[in-house]
Amino acid sequence: MALSTDEAGRFAGLLESNGEALTSAWTDAVAGLLRGRLSHAELHRQIAELQKGFQSALSGGAADLEAEAAGELRALLSEVSSTRARQGFSATETAVSIFALKEAVLTVLDQDSATDAATLRDYVSFSSFIDRAGLFTFDSYVRAREELISDQAEQLLELSTPVVKLWEGVVAVPLVGTLDSARAQVVMERLLQTLVDTGSPYAIIDITGVPAVDTQVAQHILKTVVAARLMGADCIISGIRPQIAQTIVALGIEFGDIATKASLADALRHVLRQTDATAGRRGAGRRES
Amino acid sequence: MTTGDDIAAMERLAIRSDQDVVRVRQLVRTLAVSVKLSLVDQTKLVTAASELARNTLVYGGGGTVDAGRVDNGRRSGIRIVFTDQGPGIADLDLALTDGYTTGGGLGLGLSGARRLVDEFDIDTVVGQGTTISVIKWCR
Repeated sequence: MALSTDEAGRFAGLLESNGEALTSAWTDAVAGLLRGRLSHAELHRQIAELQKGFQSALSGGAADLEAEAAGELRALLSEVSSTRARQGFSATETAVSIFALKEAVLTVLDQDSATDAATLRDYVSFSSFIDRAGLFTFDSYVRAREELISDQAEQLLELSTPVVKLWEGVVAVPLVGTLDSARAQVVMERLLQTLVDTGSPYAIIDITGVPAVDTQVAQHILKTVVAARLMGADCIISGIRPQIAQTIVALGIEFGDIATKASLADALRHVLRQTDATAGRRGAGRRES
Repeated sequence: MTTGDDIAAMERLAIRSDQDVVRVRQLVRTLAVSVKLSLVDQTKLVTAASELARNTLVYGGGGTVDAGRVDNGRRSGIRIVFTDQGPGIADLDLALTDGYTTGGGLGLGLSGARRLVDEFDIDTVVGQGTTISVIKWCR
């Protein structure tokens, strides 16, 4: 239920006349819940700001949280919840920080001797306003967390696909984790770009860290190899463990004439031997001419 | 389907997205470790589950997977059932042919998965959906 203008006014008046007492009661309640993970001064500042937010929203005649007058309060609440989300507080701890205002209001009302049915009615409507504010905090908290997770997923995608230069003319892609379409695309782009940038004739794709090679993963790897070949680079797949080899055979996947090795070291040795051989041939040719 | 096997509690997961396929893989790996499948069999079962879960998603339009331990008195194993309400498979023999695909894959998922497990039952009705049940026994 929405607050009537009278109720909003009385609530604002209450917040104003008992300003300091409310702030300290509220701060104490929240401090107890957060168990010292925020300094008292910091918390006090935050609570005072929130209280001012509530006060100005209500004196502006906000009937509920969606009202225009409550815009500043909403901004304040979402700022508090996203900071809390990033600081690692739980959703409950964040929402309860707002609900604690009720306790504070009750403490202040208790000191007032004239408590009657009207005060109780007021208190109930204040409570429901605070409830909505708390739920709003909860929503903002969840939104902030989701943003955080999608940011991290993106960072992980970037982090988990490095292309490293192993030797002169040899680059390697150590794949770790699940190779889905999105990552396969990133890997392919990175590898092809690195081949151009470094002018490397050899690329090693190491799948030691890939837990399972199914047909989709195999297809992604095969496509990457074919694309690298089109650019004139030779690809070697390394890190094929015994269980992966048996699974690939049972699945019926054929890697054709693509060189595969058990370990990255084997793959590098293979490449170096080949480069030696071509260098040798070139040397021999020169001697003949 | 094998009757008389003691089927313990099955865990159910929905398959709606690529992330769910990863989740299925993780669940199957945990189960495979819990019944002490060998590393090779674990990898085979996980790979088969991955193929079938992706088929459920791509061709069946999503569905559910139930996985759990089975026991036939002599040995234990893992049973996984994939269910979808998709279009079904019109020509099962063709679908189980190596290299046949309607979706641009390698065409080895279904036939390959059959080779990776010990028991493979497929029940499909055109227009109503497909249920695939697989079992991998401990050696």
